[in-house]
Amino acid sequence: MSAKAVYIHIPFCTNKCHYCDFTAYTVKGQPVDDYLTALDREMRLVTTEVPPHTIETIFIGGGTPTVLTPEQMERLLEMIQAHFPNRSPQLEFTIEANPGTTTDELLKIMIAGGVNRISFGAQTFRPDLLKRLGRIHGVAEIEQSVIAAREAGFQNISLDLMFGLPDQSLEDLHHTLQSALSLHPDHFSCYSLKVEEGTLFYHLAQKDELPLPSEDEELNMYQSLRTILAEKGYHQYEISNFAKPGKESRHNSIYWLNEEYYGFGTGSHGYLQKIRYANVKSVAEYIRIIDQARRPVSESDIVTEQEDMENFMILGLRMMKGVSRSRFQSRYHKDMMDVYGSVIQKLVDQGLLKVEPERVVLTEKGLIFGNEAFAAFLI
Amino acid sequence: MDKRERQKMIRNFSIIAHIDHGKSTLADRILEYTGALTEREMTEQFLDKMDLEKERGITIKLQSVRLKYQAKDGKEYLLNLIDTPGHVDFAYEVSRSLQACEGALLVVDAAQGVEAQTLANVYLALESDLEIIPVINKIDLPSAEPERVKQEIEEIIGLDASEAVLASAKAGIGIEEILEQVVEKVPAPEGDPDAPLQALIFDSYYDAYKGVIVFMRVVQGTIRKGMKIKMMATGKEFDVTEVGVYAPHPVPMEELSVGEVGFVAASIKNVKDTRVGDTITDAANPAPSPLPGYRKTNPMVFCGLYPVDSSDYNDLREALEKLELNDASLSYEPETSSALGFGFRVGFLGLLHMEIIQERIEREFDIPLITTAPSVIYRIHQTDGTVLEIENPTLMPEPQKIERIEEPYIEANIMVPNDFVGTVMELCQRKRGQYVDMKYIDTNRVNLIYELPLAEVVYDFFDQLKSSTKGYASLDYQLAGYKPSNLVKMDILLNGEVVDALSFIVHREQAYYRGRALVEKLRKLIPRQMFEVPVQAAVGNKIVARETIKAIRKNVLAKCYGGDVSRKRKLLEKQKEGKKRMKSVGSVEIPQEAFMAVLQVDDEK
Repeated sequence: MSAKAVYIHIPFCTNKCHYCDFTAYTVKGQPVDDYLTALDREMRLVTTEVPPHTIETIFIGGGTPTVLTPEQMERLLEMIQAHFPNRSPQLEFTIEANPGTTTDELLKIMIAGGVNRISFGAQTFRPDLLKRLGRIHGVAEIEQSVIAAREAGFQNISLDLMFGLPDQSLEDLHHTLQSALSLHPDHFSCYSLKVEEGTLFYHLAQKDELPLPSEDEELNMYQSLRTILAEKGYHQYEISNFAKPGKESRHNSIYWLNEEYYGFGTGSHGYLQKIRYANVKSVAEYIRIIDQARRPVSESDIVTEQEDMENFMILGLRMMKGVSRSRFQSRYHKDMMDVYGSVIQKLVDQGLLKVEPERVVLTEKGLIFGNEAFAAFLI
Repeated sequence: MDKRERQKMIRNFSIIAHIDHGKSTLADRILEYTGALTEREMTEQFLDKMDLEKERGITIKLQSVRLKYQAKDGKEYLLNLIDTPGHVDFAYEVSRSLQACEGALLVVDAAQGVEAQTLANVYLALESDLEIIPVINKIDLPSAEPERVKQEIEEIIGLDASEAVLASAKAGIGIEEILEQVVEKVPAPEGDPDAPLQALIFDSYYDAYKGVIVFMRVVQGTIRKGMKIKMMATGKEFDVTEVGVYAPHPVPMEELSVGEVGFVAASIKNVKDTRVGDTITDAANPAPSPLPGYRKTNPMVFCGLYPVDSSDYNDLREALEKLELNDASLSYEPETSSALGFGFRVGFLGLLHMEIIQERIEREFDIPLITTAPSVIYRIHQTDGTVLEIENPTLMPEPQKIERIEEPYIEANIMVPNDFVGTVMELCQRKRGQYVDMKYIDTNRVNLIYELPLAEVVYDFFDQLKSSTKGYASLDYQLAGYKPSNLVKMDILLNGEVVDALSFIVHREQAYYRGRALVEKLRKLIPRQMFEVPVQAAVGNKIVARETIKAIRKNVLAKCYGGDVSRKRKLLEKQKEGKKRMKSVGSVEIPQEAFMAVLQVDDEK
């Protein structure tokens, strides 16, 4: 098996959002050029160890990759091209962007460098909520950025939205959806806010100063956005992802199909030759280790077949099409029902799963209690 | 030395003290003073061998030590110091070890004065006609009031305290004087070394190599290695393989004669064959009658012990078997619960005993347990004239088959400062107590006597007594027989199903309140499930209280991409791990604590 997907992490942002616990540092004063040099060397190190074949998807995530200067962006795209020259004609090449950061020049460079999908972190269309989240863009920038990207040639544009935000009502969410739909993006990722430790939001929540909607309201928001997006022709293909036909994210699907991928940059994760690894988070440490011609890995685990089967189930069930029994069979040479029959039956009895001839999928109930189903597959 | 000469030099004594009044420290100092232990061996509190005891500062198992003491009169005396447990659960054991003595040191804290428990043990000592030597300990404390305490001893107990030793075991003050008084005042044992053997068993423990080691006091005659002995209560016979004394290390001897205290090993397999209070006699030349006072100690408190993980059932059985080897008062039998599966109903002498056993199982045998709320033995008079004794609420017959129910009562001695008399009386009233008597001990303190249902004491009486008197009240009790009570069985229903392990027996007048408090407590303890779970308390078919555990509405990780796989797995593993510690009853997952919740319901209205 060889990895067909590449993830590259750009850990820089103009500022840190109040809910974010990702590996992201305020770009000012950061050694961005040295970082890109280190990225280049990491790609060389790893591709020497694990030579790439035809690449199906590339994803540049962050942080905010679009905080790079046009020169830096050009350099990044060139080095990716250099290390992964063999690309599928259907290559999906995504970059994450913050509204307001995509200048025409940058857009041009991205298109020229082969990027064909752009994912904007819009989050909400309520101006005061954007501020509260710590976003630096306004509503107008979202609209302008989407229009500019399309004009520059992007035919696959995704918007990230958040719900379950402090003081957010169902009406707010409807308004956000209408505004977002009017921009006709090809894809939506809709996440409920999760308050992570170490964020400003966590701190506020501890002090009881984060007025989050109730569980009931949050559930209503989720169900409501599912209905609205479906009506507008966006079909749900994963717990939090919705797309126009043919515009599903193939890169993310690789994760859910439990397939291997390269991961480059600080804090990135990769899965190569049955080993899941994570890179160091600190930019300085990352650069220092690479300078010693070593891989900047902080953790790595050989995935046993047992764990791999578990991952196959818990990742695969996130997709609306569920897990394929024949794919399980050809991958492990075992019948899914022999391995997980009793777990599946229990979950069917609980109304969380349904068994189809070729697939096992989450039910409507399973969709909102996914963790109950996933946890059942763990030893 | 001739046996009879030696007999004159023996002094057998024990130490009576309230917990914390310094008994163990005093025992240590005596061992040190008489040179029984070298400094290197002087680990703190040698007599308390078990870790658990050390941790709690209380003595559970008795031990005895032989000491040699060169007195001021120039003669060498053999002192046998017999340790006694310091808790009301073990009152019978205390009485037997006192029976093995001629004297006792009464240790009273120079600041705290006489406590109810001290009093109870002094009465036991007086019943055994012991010579009591008052010792006022901790006189080096700034708050020490030796004169007041002397006065208390004289007024409350009626002992002459004019010669009370002023001591500080911690600082080593007064140790010699204590030993001198022991030699001088405690009478030498009486008895005939050539009479048929009568030896009083006051303790035993199981040794993996030698079998049961019996601690005993020879009252008449002589016990020898090789002798065939007979236990007069159980009728069992054994060949003595070893006799000896602890000094404090074991020293084998050829024989032990009248008045001597020591150990006997006779390849005895089971501690139940060597009951405390039983008389050992010579099988070939038996004594005409056993020593008086033997009684079989019966468990008073019962609870269900279930392994959290049902695959630990056999390990739990083995743990109980091992503990039973060393604990004649522990009893158990298998039981099943529809909620908890296979487990055991275990009987204990009291609450402390119960706690100790639970802790030892969890700690020494590493078996996580679910404990059901403790119960006493109820006597059910049925309409068909038969009487049923039940120690498990689930065994309660249908109400229409019950003519009346009786429950065990205790007589409680509560010693309390004046200021708290009202509070304590209120508490006793609330706990269905019946006032018996009130005695003023001095201008400051009162001894209240109440009859209380044992079930209330088992429930939370002691904790409430301590908290409502800022810890000043002390309690001692003894069983006072059965009395009829208006009792009902309360069932708890989760999601409409009765959870047998949560049923309990309660006085009808308290049923409504306790039911309500318990369902409220359970609502907080039981995590939300994917569906709404009604929690109901019912007496018969009548629901007396109801709460609802709201359903979780949503439990799904919104985001999971390449970087998250390992982290998300950890989250899910944690969720799964949490579930493993719960019991699923029907479709509801119940955490361990819920089964003890009935004990944590506060009665305050």
